[in-house]
Amino acid sequence: MAITLSERAANRVQKFLDQRGKGVGLRLGVRTSGCSGMAYTLEFVDETLPDDIAFVSYGVTVLIDPKSLTFLEGTELDFVREGLNEGFKFNNPNVKNSCGCGESFNV
Amino acid sequence: MALLHIAEPGLCADPHQHRLAVGIDLGTTNSLVATVRSGSAAVLEDESGRALLPSVVRYRQNGIPEVGLAAQLRQTDDPHNTIASVKRFMGRGLKDVPGASATPYRFVDAPGMVRIETHAGVKSPVEVSAEILKVLRSRAEASLGGELTGAVITVPAYFDDAQRQATKDAARLAGLNVLRLLNEPTAAAIAYGLDTASQGTFCIYDLGGGTFDISILRLRQGIFEVVATNGDSALGGDDFDECIYRWIVEQGGVAEASVTDSRLLLSLARKAKETLTGHDEARIRATLASGVELDLSLAAETFFALTAGLIAKTLGPTRKALRDAGLGMDDIDGVVLVGGSTRMRHVRAAVADFFKREPLTNLDPDKVVALGAAMQANLLVGNHKTDDWLLLDVIPLSLGLETMGGLVEKVVPRNATLPVARAQEFTTFKDGQTAISIHVVQGERELVGDCRSLARFELRGIPPMVAGAARIRVAFQVDADGLLSVSAHEQTSGVQTAIEVKPSYGLGDDEIARMLQDSFTHAKNDMDARNLREQRVDGLRLLEATQAALDADGLRLLSDTERIAIGRAMDTLQVLLNGQDHVAIKRAADSLNRATAQFAARRMDASIQRALTGRRLDAIEA
Ligand SMILES: Nc1ncnc2c1ncn2[C@@H]1O[C@H](COP(=O)(O)OP(=O)(O)OP(=O)(O)O)[C@@H](O)[C@H]1O
Ligand SMILES: [Mg+2]
Repeated sequence: MAITLSERAANRVQKFLDQRGKGVGLRLGVRTSGCSGMAYTLEFVDETLPDDIAFVSYGVTVLIDPKSLTFLEGTELDFVREGLNEGFKFNNPNVKNSCGCGESFNV
Repeated sequence: MALLHIAEPGLCADPHQHRLAVGIDLGTTNSLVATVRSGSAAVLEDESGRALLPSVVRYRQNGIPEVGLAAQLRQTDDPHNTIASVKRFMGRGLKDVPGASATPYRFVDAPGMVRIETHAGVKSPVEVSAEILKVLRSRAEASLGGELTGAVITVPAYFDDAQRQATKDAARLAGLNVLRLLNEPTAAAIAYGLDTASQGTFCIYDLGGGTFDISILRLRQGIFEVVATNGDSALGGDDFDECIYRWIVEQGGVAEASVTDSRLLLSLARKAKETLTGHDEARIRATLASGVELDLSLAAETFFALTAGLIAKTLGPTRKALRDAGLGMDDIDGVVLVGGSTRMRHVRAAVADFFKREPLTNLDPDKVVALGAAMQANLLVGNHKTDDWLLLDVIPLSLGLETMGGLVEKVVPRNATLPVARAQEFTTFKDGQTAISIHVVQGERELVGDCRSLARFELRGIPPMVAGAARIRVAFQVDADGLLSVSAHEQTSGVQTAIEVKPSYGLGDDEIARMLQDSFTHAKNDMDARNLREQRVDGLRLLEATQAALDADGLRLLSDTERIAIGRAMDTLQVLLNGQDHVAIKRAADSLNRATAQFAARRMDASIQRALTGRRLDAIEA
């Protein structure tokens, strides 16, 4: 299984990378945050790491460390608009219950 | 639901800990709010897709103000209660506001700063501005999905201390945490400098609705240094509107215009002006209260001739700024146009002619200030690496003290780089003098009467000495926002006194406190209730998640002591969840999170182990 971007998300990421003027791609990750569960991270990448696993989606490179990948297998990153608010959203099939805030989750 | 944005490498915030920061251009005519998301600055729009919020507030009988376009549309039929261009009155007394008599407002001349009588009571410009800021704040919170950490608010470079303080107070009243006040032209330079990575010396020509600013900035290795500023805080697009207004009255033979008529004609004048930016002729049609019909046509050429004097008025301060900076025209590498009024063709032409080069216009002149402010805000809350750039600002007007004979002794010169600290020594002029009165003024003129009085205080308890023997050191300190504190210190005896200069614009601390009280009693209750709700939900979720984790892996991965510690933290949280204290709930949740950090890490490692040995992820937590 892979990590994918929706087309809309890929377009956005590409635009942000262009505006930023540097960077080789996007890094997705997971880190623990106490027992409120785990939290997603989303960062620009300037340097790749030796362990990184790379996926390419609509021309955008997505990097992820192997530990995080276990929790994100099959995830699609989407870009959505909700009212005035807009941003990225993880559609992660591994998630049992998320906190409703979209940022942390349990597996 | 919080949607995510892309952070700089290594700067991803913890969940629920996003540092939401905005830049606000609180303009005379229009106000805007912008933010940096996923690394790019963008102006935030309202539900109808409009970025510009007209800086107009209408007070209704029911006390609830209407802000923006809705208020602007009512300017004509409710002129007394619909306040536009309030920025001109910030920190100003009635006598300081040119053309105040031409406005329809019912002024109440309070000491220092004017007040305006409305349906909803007497309002100070600080309160009116706060209404505008509140709307931008809620637009930002709706767009960013959370409470703001802070805001950078821009002010004209020429704003004095009283005007800056008034702006800060308005922000406070609107519940905003002001990260910093930033000069508008400096914000524009930030937007341009970062976007184009230019180097060199730039001139920022900002002609907005009510103010004109000229600034000379040096950009070097990512560092912005303001080398000179000048301007006219009462010159802008409004004056062009008034020129057309007078032309209409004259050409149309309008003998007497009612308040309603003049508002109508003024808004038609503005429309005509904006039309002439893209067309050679503008038609002006109106029916006055008296029934008189007007139908006029204004040619661009006529308009340009009528307003040439206004453009000429901008060139004086421009020359002065160049002279202050010790620069010639050849030293300028680029000219940046800012402000809606720089869209006018004859303004562009005049600037190009003056500088002998085409000005830069690739960013939207209405938005560039807000965008730059957003970038600065993003930096100040730590979403961007700080060593990338640094910003130096200057003091717009000299600060000094009154000396014998009503003369001014300058202590901090205009254009000194902020923050700045300067001191000067004074002495007594009478034998046995035990007190000295210190009068702080701001301005460039020699006579106290021509400068703006900022504060007076006294240094008492000087031991009696012969005239000239006391050595009184007066120290001025101006912080990064351009706000001043002054202290006096008699060196031989050690007597000292200090004052934070709350400019004497008439809103004393008491009054600000009362206004804050009024607005906070409601806001605070609302906020407390909201915080409590949020903390309860978070706390409950945390308890459930912890319990689930304990049920699954508690025995396997925890020692007895660890389990007991976690159990205790859970009990504490459980009890507090039934109370009313959101701060205590948060604290208990944080300590439960700390107590389970190790556990969570072990669980993550364990589940990776299991995943690696071929088990399906979703089978782990049965
Ligand atoms: N197309 C146009 N042609 C001419 N003038 C225009 C045009 N668009 C906007 N303006 C004028 O620009 C002015 C508003 O500019 P802007 O929004 O930059 O001002 P502001 O920032 O609110 O004011 P200030 O900088 O003085 O505080 C108004 O006078 C408006 O009529
Ligand atoms: Mg402006």
